[in-house]
Amino acid sequence: MEPILFIIFGAIAVGGAIMVVTRKHPMSSALYLILTLFAVAALFVLRQAHFLAAIQVIVYAGAVMVLFIFVIMLINVPENKLPMERLTGLRLLGVVAAGFLILESAILARRFAMPAGSTADAGSVQAVGRALFTDYLLAFEITSVLLLAAVIGAIALAKRKI
Amino acid sequence: MTIGVKKVARPEQMSFGESLYLLEIVKGLAVTMGHFLHNIAHNRDIPTIEYPEVRRTMPARFRGCHRLMKRPNGAPRCVACYMCATACPAKCITIVAGESPDPGVEKYPVRFDIDMLRCVFCGQCVEACPCDAIRMDTGWYTPPADTREKLIYTIDGLLEK
Amino acid sequence: MIPLFDLGVAVARVAVFFAFVFGLVVVMTWVERKGAAYMQDRRGPNRARILGITLFGMFHPLADALKFLFKEDFIPDNAHRLFYQLAPMFALAPAILTMAVVPFGPPVTIAGKTISLQIADLNVGILYLFAVSGLAVYGVVLAGWSSNSKYPLLGGLRSSAQMISYEVSLGLSIMGILMVFQAIRLSEIVLGQGELLFGILPKWGVFVQPLGFVLFLTALYAEANRTPFDLPEGESELVAGYHTEYASFKFSMFMMAEYIHMVVGAAVIATLFFGGWQFPYLADKGFAFPGGLSVTVPAAGVLVLRIGSFIGKTLFFCWLYVWVRWTIPRFRYDQVMRLGWKVMLPLSLLNIFVTGLVLLLIDKGGF
Ligand code: SF4
Ligand code: SF4
Repeated sequence: MEPILFIIFGAIAVGGAIMVVTRKHPMSSALYLILTLFAVAALFVLRQAHFLAAIQVIVYAGAVMVLFIFVIMLINVPENKLPMERLTGLRLLGVVAAGFLILESAILARRFAMPAGSTADAGSVQAVGRALFTDYLLAFEITSVLLLAAVIGAIALAKRKI
Repeated sequence: MTIGVKKVARPEQMSFGESLYLLEIVKGLAVTMGHFLHNIAHNRDIPTIEYPEVRRTMPARFRGCHRLMKRPNGAPRCVACYMCATACPAKCITIVAGESPDPGVEKYPVRFDIDMLRCVFCGQCVEACPCDAIRMDTGWYTPPADTREKLIYTIDGLLEK
Repeated sequence: MIPLFDLGVAVARVAVFFAFVFGLVVVMTWVERKGAAYMQDRRGPNRARILGITLFGMFHPLADALKFLFKEDFIPDNAHRLFYQLAPMFALAPAILTMAVVPFGPPVTIAGKTISLQIADLNVGILYLFAVSGLAVYGVVLAGWSSNSKYPLLGGLRSSAQMISYEVSLGLSIMGILMVFQAIRLSEIVLGQGELLFGILPKWGVFVQPLGFVLFLTALYAEANRTPFDLPEGESELVAGYHTEYASFKFSMFMMAEYIHMVVGAAVIATLFFGGWQFPYLADKGFAFPGGLSVTVPAAGVLVLRIGSFIGKTLFFCWLYVWVRWTIPRFRYDQVMRLGWKVMLPLSLLNIFVTGLVLLLIDKGGF
């Protein structure tokens, strides 16, 4: 059962990601990105990382993407004014690079087997919380300081007078 | 009563309790709940008028639907002088005059249509009529109809009212 | 494979809860109109009748549904056809999904098998609820954007900004509950609320987290777009907001989504802060009052009382939505934003801090 689901959701994730970059309208791209995020969340669930899956949906699909859509709506470019993007040499190079990446990951995947079935509890809220506040406390705090700096920076940029 | 602006005193400074809102919200909830319970208990007191069955009686000077007056012998009082049609700002009165069979009366309206879809209930027609043949004192507003034709009132209907 | 019995139970469970929520939705539309009428000294709906029976206007929801079904399913010329049609589904689906984790009653034992009265007892519990309900905003935003008309667009914009702002407080305000009950599964939180506080009060969420309760309630109203936070559809300034261009059954899907949000929201408040299916002083064997008095109640009676208490609480909070709606005027938009970021957020952080401190002191002091 699990491998089948993995393939299904993996295919949805990859397909969605391809659609994100190929759709013309930014709103379609955004919606496909949400689909991809969901598929990835489902993959997390398959790997027993329930907490990660929930947070993925809450933070990315529920908040970050809403902001994206907010911006798309605010700018609201009419359909006929959307820029046409052409397949230039650089983009072709990108496709080639993506091919190499896939090849590499395939080779890597052959050499290192996936860590076999992590225990059901490893991805639970309690386990993740404990790990975050003990083993990875420093990294966690530094990340939050980084985010705080970003927030303050954004305010400083946006508001001349505070 | 003159129409004017009613000044509502606004507190300059809200007290601490008021600025917390919570207590005020609870007070407001109590008010609405009071109304709710009172209206459930005294269902009869609700001032709603059940419209199609019950109509409010209109004041005597209410300008409602038109009616055409009759002479004592039942013929229309209207002499088809076109005064109302001329005065009407909405141009919604159509009159076709004919020779009256009554030797004492010169003309009478063969057709007298009022397009209620266009009428603005201004009362100009009533003002203009030299022989008080048209009145708007029926106390009715235009009842709805499901076709446009039904809202063009003809002489028969107007005389009936 | 899954045994037939379990499959049957699962299907029956979904069907029953679905029927419960949808039935309540139908009733709520009636309650809303009738309640509003009585609060405003009116009579409210009382005309729709079947065989001469009006039943206080109870048939109006039915008449509404029929009307929606037979109205023209109109799509504006310049609308984005695909997104325009997707939007109501985006609105309705998350609303229905949220009820999956709400426990309707204690686990029941039938024929030697324990059946939990909850569709899915996920171990991320409450997080699932936030994840799914956060998606409801897409319906609103898409509807606003794809209608290609200015009022819906403004409604959609407002909605997305409002949702993001209040989701933060919504999430943080229940953190205290999670800390007190040391659990994240809704079923465990409900179990935790069966104990007594200081031996007298039931250990319900509102008693241990009064501030958290107020914050959660406020944020929930904002999330469900209910008055005083119904700015996305503020009719005095935006016609009907995001669903201005919708008619027929698509419109009714938005309505259904709103009411399902209400019902599930009420159930979640009851679960988190009012003991869920716990009946005050009712243990598995019967009542046990603080004075040492105890009354035995048969197991079936306990079960009925518990499910009844959950339904009763849910109904009360559904009613509270209506009651608040017809009492409090709508906020101005800047007030909503200020309340969200400058009042709710600091207060919910404070709540977490104080809760943590108290829990620590209790741990250390052992009282
Ligand atoms: S009330 Fe005014 S608008 Fe109506 S028929 Fe008379 S003159 Fe014309
Ligand atoms: S003004 Fe009077 S008399 Fe003349 S046409 Fe009109 S209703 Fe008849």
